[in-house]
Amino acid sequence: MMRTTFLPFAVTLCFLSSQAIDAQVTYPFERSDWPIPMTELDELVLGALRERGIEPANPCSDAVFIRRVYLDVIGTLPDAQEVRVFLGDGSADKRRRLIESLFTRNEFADYRALKWCDILRVKAEFPINLWPNAVQAYHRWIHDAVRTNMPYDQFARELLTSSGSNFRVPQVNFYRAIQGRDPEAIAQAVALTFMGTRLNTWPEADRANMQAFFSRIAYKKTAEWKEEIIQPDPEKTGAFNATLPDGTRVTIAEGQDPRVVFADWLLAPDNEWFARAVVNRVWSWFMGRGIIHEPDDIRPDNPAVNPQLLAYLEKELAASGYDLRHLYRIILNSRTYQQSCISRSDDPDAENLFACYPVRRLDAEVLVDALCKLGGDRESYSSPIPEPFTYIPEEQRTIALADGSITSQFLEMFGRPARDTGLESERNNEPSDAQRLHLLNSTDIHQKVTRSPVLTAILMQSRWNRSAVVDGIYLAVLSRHPTPTEMSAASRRFEAQGINMRQAAEDIFWALINTTEFLYRH
Amino acid sequence: MTRNLSKGAISRREMLKLGALGAAGLALGGPRRAWAQDGATPAKAKSIIQIWMWGGPSHLDTFDPKPSAGYEYCGSLAKAIPTNVDGIQIGESLPLLAQQADKYAIIRSMTHGINAHETASYVMQTGREPGGGLVFPCLGAVVSLMKGYDHGYKGLIPPYIVLTEPQGRFSEAGFLGPIYKPFATGGDPNQKRFEVAGVIAAGVSDERQKDRRELLHTLDTLGKAMPADPRFAKLQQCEEKAYDLILGDAGKVFDLSTETDELRDRYGRNTFGQSCLAARRLVELGVPYVTINYKGWDTHKQHFEIMRRKLPEMDRGMATLLQDLADRGLLDSTIVWWGGEFGRTPRVQWEAPWNGGRGHYGACFSVVVAGGGFKGGQVVGASDATGEHVAERPVYPQDLLGSIYQLMGIDPDGPLPNPRGLALPLTLPSKGKGRLTEIM
Repeated sequence: MMRTTFLPFAVTLCFLSSQAIDAQVTYPFERSDWPIPMTELDELVLGALRERGIEPANPCSDAVFIRRVYLDVIGTLPDAQEVRVFLGDGSADKRRRLIESLFTRNEFADYRALKWCDILRVKAEFPINLWPNAVQAYHRWIHDAVRTNMPYDQFARELLTSSGSNFRVPQVNFYRAIQGRDPEAIAQAVALTFMGTRLNTWPEADRANMQAFFSRIAYKKTAEWKEEIIQPDPEKTGAFNATLPDGTRVTIAEGQDPRVVFADWLLAPDNEWFARAVVNRVWSWFMGRGIIHEPDDIRPDNPAVNPQLLAYLEKELAASGYDLRHLYRIILNSRTYQQSCISRSDDPDAENLFACYPVRRLDAEVLVDALCKLGGDRESYSSPIPEPFTYIPEEQRTIALADGSITSQFLEMFGRPARDTGLESERNNEPSDAQRLHLLNSTDIHQKVTRSPVLTAILMQSRWNRSAVVDGIYLAVLSRHPTPTEMSAASRRFEAQGINMRQAAEDIFWALINTTEFLYRH
Repeated sequence: MTRNLSKGAISRREMLKLGALGAAGLALGGPRRAWAQDGATPAKAKSIIQIWMWGGPSHLDTFDPKPSAGYEYCGSLAKAIPTNVDGIQIGESLPLLAQQADKYAIIRSMTHGINAHETASYVMQTGREPGGGLVFPCLGAVVSLMKGYDHGYKGLIPPYIVLTEPQGRFSEAGFLGPIYKPFATGGDPNQKRFEVAGVIAAGVSDERQKDRRELLHTLDTLGKAMPADPRFAKLQQCEEKAYDLILGDAGKVFDLSTETDELRDRYGRNTFGQSCLAARRLVELGVPYVTINYKGWDTHKQHFEIMRRKLPEMDRGMATLLQDLADRGLLDSTIVWWGGEFGRTPRVQWEAPWNGGRGHYGACFSVVVAGGGFKGGQVVGASDATGEHVAERPVYPQDLLGSIYQLMGIDPDGPLPNPRGLALPLTLPSKGKGRLTEIM
């Protein structure tokens, strides 16, 4: 996007000058100066803020940044050593390098695949009924696509147009992971997944037109248990006329697969539907809400809060050859993403216009993995139907779980999506009394605290030096050093009557796990 | 714990769910159904205690004795004993329940014909056969939906409790989703301290709990940096409610030590007996649905040894529960429902490897209902001379569930909300004579 259209560069600079914000920096979450340059993205965000007279938040501190970027990008809590190294690194481009290094981690593929599996409904049992072996194949394909950074247009094309056995051609499970096999249900899933729109909001005629492209899919059983072939219906091959969502009329030739005609249209470089849906979705993953919100409810009467920003991201993605990591880089290396979560504006729309980083409770899977990491134990899962394919190794992390049907009380309590519909809103990160009770007082949390090998190691390595113990606990749980105030408040716990030093350390450990700072991405 | 405790949280979740899934319902062409319960009759019962006989109890050895069927059928439990109701006899191992027969009705003609645990558990508690692409919620989840936080229940204790372990592979909530699953207490009410999951923690004194809470607030630096944040305010509300349970009065419902030793002894000093006592306390507090998940009835082997050990325990706990509820004036408003997924083979399996066991038997078995509008001192239906077939008035699961719903003031023919927006009645039409009007 052209920067001339918007706010003059000099004005925004002044807006963010370090002198202006020095006095208000909230320690230890913020810093007074930007360690990274302003980007084109930032100018677009600031332009919209400027129009409303909204001040953006301060830069986040390095400690906040490392924790945030780990949780957002790889769904994993950084360990104390990684935090120490990052905080001690004096180089100017360390944030950028950290972002790059996360792309190569196994957890990157695990966590990004988890997000896609929510959208693509990767689930063995009711009501999706992929069945376990197809779930494994489908998940592995998605995981590989993330790991190898498959261009997103290719990813979509393979899901939309593949034919074959659900075991051997994992992509065809896209068509099996839909509640219903009628053209309407399929068209609805395609629109939601790849166009970020809900078909039932479309005019009747447009809905019918869209369905025609998915009216010739055959599902064929084989002799093998739960194997199914998905292919163009061999009994319906005649030519027919169809209308694409943009109104273009096309003729599907004799023997031609209408899904391919639809994919050719959707994935054409100038088709705004395709890039818009995915950039808006990715933006919402990192910034808490879509530029169009809900992120999968794009329709004419639900406008973008910042159309220029959306257009810029669309253009960048298309120009990069649908390289999602390019999109991640643009967002993660921006000042907009690296703002503090503490808003400096009273405007109720400040957060909606991205004037601060939005706090959000950790995803259920991320939270349980973080707690298990600190507690040195594993989550135990259950499945409605035990089968060999659902065997889960002890060391399995929850973010790497393939099957949405495999679950635990914790995951359900903390709002993991059921993967029934593919809607972003299926994930529920709202707090509840039950969650709070669990974190404050469950046997599970008590055992994690009292048996934590992480805490034991901190006690041993610090040789029971109180300040070193507190520092170690802060680094492990909150990914930062304590402030002097916190240090003295926490250290006082060691003076308490009736508990020994280990128990005092457990109390500090427990308290930090229960802070908003631990439970929320911030 | 698997459910939000607060009304607000549930309503929001419900809205999210309906909003999200309503679209799917429309797409499938199903009409969106109102939740209104137009056909409901006034409620006679406020609460239900379900004594779930996990594994399937023998009907011959409990409420449908067949003393004339001989050793082949009766083994070493051949006697029937009279009850305090003329003409009603029950098994010899239940002398205390025999003295409470005026309070309950025995249904001796339950049938569904299914002999697999999972399927039969599902059918008995949902009133539906499995299949058809929908997993239905059980009675407890429906009561939790219709009588829980969305309909006036305000307790801190969740509206659907299971003492002490969940049923396992049976998914109680079905398509209603995890927030309608029961809260499983864990712990053991027969221990000195009933350690209820989340409410009463092992090894942390109240004093230390209070210190910890203070420490947490002192160290919540981010919370203090964003004092006006509505998300953190919501979390704070949840915390206050949680501490009401942990440190306040609400959690005291699980403290059985406030009952007299005499009463605790009468219930029986074992997990089942004390679970019955805990169930009474929960009902007293207004909890609409409590399941006592009573395990150990899947007796393929050593059947008679196990019966001789367990039946006296069951007899004591259940008989005391009925008497205690009646003494406190709670029986009129509390349905007690005793039964498992099926009965057990009337003909004893004397052959190896069973060597005197009983198998699964869904063709004919017994269920007992008491209180909440059910008439006591009654027998519904009958089995044949050996207890193998229904002889009179077959009662199907939907008849039983429909009767319970009706007494709870829930219209059994009303709509059952579901994510796909399909038009589903709460219970299916009867295959027999319908609901238990003769005892209601």
